[in-house]
Amino acid sequence: MSSETRSTSWFSKVWPPAVTFAGFIGVWYAYSGLKYDIAARRINTLPFPHEVIRDGFLPLWDSKNGLRPILGYLWPTLKVTIVGLAVSVVLGVLIAVLMNLSKSTERAIFPYAVVLQTVPILAITPLLTQLFGEEFGVRLVVVVLIAIFPVITNTLFGLQSADRLHHDLFTLNRANRVTRLLKLELPGAMPAMMTGVRIASGGAVIGAVVADFFFTRGEKGIGFYIRVKQQRAAERPEMFAGTIMASLFGIVMFLIIGFVSTRAIRNWHESASTRT
Amino acid sequence: MPTTATKPERSEIPRLSFDRVSMTFPDGTHALDDVSFDVAPGQFVSVVGPSGCGKSTLLRIASGLTRQTDGTCEVDRDSIGYVFQDPTLLPWRTVRRNIELNAELHGMPKAERAAKTEEVIRLVNLSGHEDKYPKQLSGGMKMRCSVARSLVLRPKVFLFDEPFGAVDEITRGNLNAELLRLFHSEQFAGVFITHSISEAVYLSTRVLVMSARPGRIVGDYPISFPFPRVDELRFEPAFAELCGQISADLKGGHA
Ligand SMILES: Nc1ncnc2c1ncn2[C@@H]1O[C@H](COP(=O)(O)OP(=O)(O)OP(=O)(O)O)[C@@H](O)[C@H]1O
Ligand SMILES: [Mg+2]
Repeated sequence: MSSETRSTSWFSKVWPPAVTFAGFIGVWYAYSGLKYDIAARRINTLPFPHEVIRDGFLPLWDSKNGLRPILGYLWPTLKVTIVGLAVSVVLGVLIAVLMNLSKSTERAIFPYAVVLQTVPILAITPLLTQLFGEEFGVRLVVVVLIAIFPVITNTLFGLQSADRLHHDLFTLNRANRVTRLLKLELPGAMPAMMTGVRIASGGAVIGAVVADFFFTRGEKGIGFYIRVKQQRAAERPEMFAGTIMASLFGIVMFLIIGFVSTRAIRNWHESASTRT
Repeated sequence: MPTTATKPERSEIPRLSFDRVSMTFPDGTHALDDVSFDVAPGQFVSVVGPSGCGKSTLLRIASGLTRQTDGTCEVDRDSIGYVFQDPTLLPWRTVRRNIELNAELHGMPKAERAAKTEEVIRLVNLSGHEDKYPKQLSGGMKMRCSVARSLVLRPKVFLFDEPFGAVDEITRGNLNAELLRLFHSEQFAGVFITHSISEAVYLSTRVLVMSARPGRIVGDYPISFPFPRVDELRFEPAFAELCGQISADLKGGHA
């Protein structure tokens, strides 16, 4: 492919989402303007996009408003997300390996993994507070509860999808269970596991933000900022800015994990060479 | 048609022996019926037969991967090389690391493993591709890689399941020549599945013809051309005549 065709295809990739974005901003302006006319007190309704930028982001280095407090509140969220995701990956892979040992260990664990996934976090927050308090620990638990399931299921699927002929090859060479796991099943499960981690990273961000809505002690994260800024009408632009930054944070996490996983398996996995 | 088993050329104990082996899969598929033959060291037995007649099943039984439902199969399980019908390379390992795999699983010391791997890579003509991944290889290169993987352990019983089906004629000729050299120097007991009659005749000391399912041995041809065999053999009238006979037999077995 020449660089010329690549640059035109780059342009043709960028303009459709750009048009969508422009349309979205247009609708936003229209809606805010409409409310302004009718209520004549626009401050209670949706702020204009430029107000979000001016009041929510632009006081770049003010200690109360704008980008600086947002970044300050994002930091604890980032910590909880990263640590929670790491714990989910380690624990999730261990659990998947355990389930892969035999049909009975799989049967012993699987229902509870499903329960973990289906129990609404909201319904168990009081219980979680009882057990883990209201600080870093409980936030971590919320993140892990949300993020671990996709790691378990995808890794397990990867472990179990090892080729039958590859297993025969290992059987012929008298490989024991551990060798089979380390040299066949785990490397083979890498792509599926990475898919699980990518899904988990989205869940981890949600967990970290949502935890701030329920747990009020310890280092407060971006969820707390959003919630507080929602309470005063004059501070709605700040709330929007917080929401936007939390979303950006989620997207960046997703992209980073995606990039890392593609690098990790790029040499051999088919989907790594056809994706991106 | 000679259908009775000929005596092994050498009076050595067979390394692989099938005695009245039958195989019926749990779903009722009758794949093999009353198959008997021996392979001694220095014998290279090719098996030709229609697709689905049970050739792969035969090798799986020989290797112990599948258990026959009737009869006995005796083999020295400690020294089997098995080249599957598919290359079965591990996609996350480079060519070199794939070729090392069997030796690695057998716990061969690292230095010895590395030396043997290098030697075998040269032997199957994969020099310069050692650090590529399987997805970067052609079908024929993958197959050579798969043969090489088994070669590292110098097996005493060597099972080949249509190893060169996906290889072009010229490469196939080269690989045949290499296989012959190898056979000549190692004197393993070989079983070779192929769809190419001329390949079977060229490589073997004996060719068995199998019928359509349930696979039964319907033809047995000792091949007495002397070793080392040269390429010109393929153009000799005796060679062509033998191929013709086997081909006719195979068609008979089809019907
Ligand atoms: N595990 C199995 N369960 C049931 N049937 C099987 C199984 N494995 C093979 N078969 C059947 O046994 C028959 C022989 O299969 P096999 O793979 O040995 O054939 P083949 O001679 O190697 O064919 P080809 O030349 O196409 O490779 C086929 O009809 C196949 O469908
Ligand atoms: Mg077959």
